[in-house]
Amino acid sequence: MSTLSTRRTPAPYLFLAPAVLLFGLFLAIPIGYTVYLSLRGTKVSGLGLGKGARQEVFTGLDNYAAAIGDGELWAGWLRVLGYGTLVLVVMLGLALLFALLLDSAHVRLARFSRIAIFLPFAVPGVAATLLWGFLYLPSLSPIRQVLDVDLLGSGTVVLSMANVAVWGGVGFNMLVLYTALRAVPRDYYEAARLDGASEVQIALRIKIPILIPAIILTTVFSIIATVQVFTEPTTLRPLTNTISSTWSPLMKVYRDAFVTGDIYSAAATSIVIAAISLVLSFGFLRVVRDRAFGEG
Amino acid sequence: MRMSRLAVATTAVLAAALAAGCSSGGGSTGTASSAEPAAPGSAGPVNLTYWTWAPNMDKVVAVWNAKNPDIQVTISKQAGGDDAAAKFLTAAKAGNPPDLVQAEYQMLPSFVAADAVADIKAETAAIKGEFSPGIWGLVTLGTEGVYAVPQDSGPMMLYYRQDLFDKYGIEVPKTWDEYAEAARTVREKDPKVFLGTFSSKDPGSFAGLAQQAGAQWWSISGQSWKVAINDPATVKVADYWGNLVKEGVIDDQPYFTPEWNKALNDGTLLTWPSAVWGPGVLSSNAPKGKGKWAIAPLPQWSAGENHSGFWGGSSTAVSEKSPHRAAAVKFATWLNTDPEALGLLVREAAIYPAATKGGTLLGDTPEYFENQPDFWEQATRIAATARGFTFGPNVNVAYSAFKDAFDKAVQDKSSFSAALAAMQEATVADMRKAGFQLAR
Repeated sequence: MSTLSTRRTPAPYLFLAPAVLLFGLFLAIPIGYTVYLSLRGTKVSGLGLGKGARQEVFTGLDNYAAAIGDGELWAGWLRVLGYGTLVLVVMLGLALLFALLLDSAHVRLARFSRIAIFLPFAVPGVAATLLWGFLYLPSLSPIRQVLDVDLLGSGTVVLSMANVAVWGGVGFNMLVLYTALRAVPRDYYEAARLDGASEVQIALRIKIPILIPAIILTTVFSIIATVQVFTEPTTLRPLTNTISSTWSPLMKVYRDAFVTGDIYSAAATSIVIAAISLVLSFGFLRVVRDRAFGEG
Repeated sequence: MRMSRLAVATTAVLAAALAAGCSSGGGSTGTASSAEPAAPGSAGPVNLTYWTWAPNMDKVVAVWNAKNPDIQVTISKQAGGDDAAAKFLTAAKAGNPPDLVQAEYQMLPSFVAADAVADIKAETAAIKGEFSPGIWGLVTLGTEGVYAVPQDSGPMMLYYRQDLFDKYGIEVPKTWDEYAEAARTVREKDPKVFLGTFSSKDPGSFAGLAQQAGAQWWSISGQSWKVAINDPATVKVADYWGNLVKEGVIDDQPYFTPEWNKALNDGTLLTWPSAVWGPGVLSSNAPKGKGKWAIAPLPQWSAGENHSGFWGGSSTAVSEKSPHRAAAVKFATWLNTDPEALGLLVREAAIYPAATKGGTLLGDTPEYFENQPDFWEQATRIAATARGFTFGPNVNVAYSAFKDAFDKAVQDKSSFSAALAAMQEATVADMRKAGFQLAR
């Protein structure tokens, strides 16, 4: 039993235990429970009132069939796709631009600008959306007094939402890219300058290629974040009638689970969403890996 | 040595896990305390938790706690509305609901269908007579059971800007036709001003207007439900508002937004068909309108009629899983029928009691309505004309469908009766999917 043995000690398992325990408690079990719920549903008999009138039953893949067959979910994906493309391009474009500007040799007030650009990221999403929401409302908004556009109209509401996300997200992504830039040995630039390269050429030919891994990283994070868009539309919804309760896929999950009280279809839809966002992020990674690094 | 270090590490991990567990469950605070109550009959007081969103309810409960050392009630303040109902259903499903919960009448059937609230018929037999049959029907759902004690009701009336009605030379409309005419007149006199607005975010308000018109959205016949959300009465109401919105003589911004508050305040919105709890909303959302608003009965569908509907109103229900049912019912009974408690509810929580004798306790005119000294007499007269209908087991689904369908109809200026048909369809589809027995 407890004879001294160098090979069979419990130590490795004990060292592993915390990680396994945490993984099990907070990842495996919840996911398992979600899968379990997604295969179930309630069955009501008669009027559905009184004791035992409602029973939980196994429904197989019915919830998945309903989730995949629901046009609203796919319409939501389309809306998020449009919104996400907009956010990704503008946010990452600005983040890259700011990072390059801050890293360039001629910048002044770099510290202040860096903090000023980063600061919106520290504002919680709900607060940021409310803040912008007030700026969008027709009779309260100073913007509206200059500009005669309905910022919460059916065509413009996506832009208004994207604006909030860009405002909040540029700082973080800028910082990631900027940090990556700072790690680049300065010699490269000097060599380039000696060869007669301008700052713009240095940025395009040296900095951006070196930044590719960081750009990919921020893009993957941003794809995951935009697929999960929930805060902005949910917070703006009470202010306008252009955002439906199923505007984004996650909003549909929320509605099913907590408004209409059907956690079973909400669980199934969640899993469909998780699968799609997995495919999107890994798909993107695969494509860029093949393109950028020529790996198999 | 090694073992002790391991023990420390394990403890630390467990502590971290527990902390994380607590914070991840932080969304539903105040639910755990009811999980470990003193066993009935044992020494020590019974502790009850009560979820409510009525203002100042803590003061009302403090009076009860002082008098009843053996039944102590703790308030957990809720946000109210649909979120509160969802939270209660989730807590009930998770097995840690509060002992008592404020339940809006339209949500009670969902609670009953989810087996989340107790049938307290036996314990409440003595107080049935304290309420009008119409109100009592809202807590029996037309069945043999009794699922809550009625607390307040929300008979609807027309709130209007008296000063601006005079300014624009408009009479208080007696019929909805006159209301539409007045809406056009206002637009002609001042294109910045609207007589009213249609809110696509407030199905409760729309339900009240449909009740006034004589709608019966749900009804029980034998062992099956009949769903008639797009019955002729409701279609009439929907098309009436739809046409006004399309014509542009009524605004289409939702209630309870900063935008709406501003319109109430600065006199660019002249009426609000709302419930008896309106003074609380107006005084906090439109403080500048004090002394300028007045109430009148809702406009009628035909001259000479006298009907109203209900918007809101709630009851006190006892959780099915509460281990202290008797004590909980005792408190709910006191809260909603005892003259002292009713007086406190009127004064502190600013509610319109559901109990018949509550009418005599209403007391002073709300300060906001100092221009209308007979406010409560008016309100009581109007309340007597209000008629309701049976709510079904999936009001949450119907209301959610209302918001989406009417949002879209308002935005596209499309047919409101088509939106109503979508609402009916979504509601029936949900009931059919769940397995409810449906008539026809």
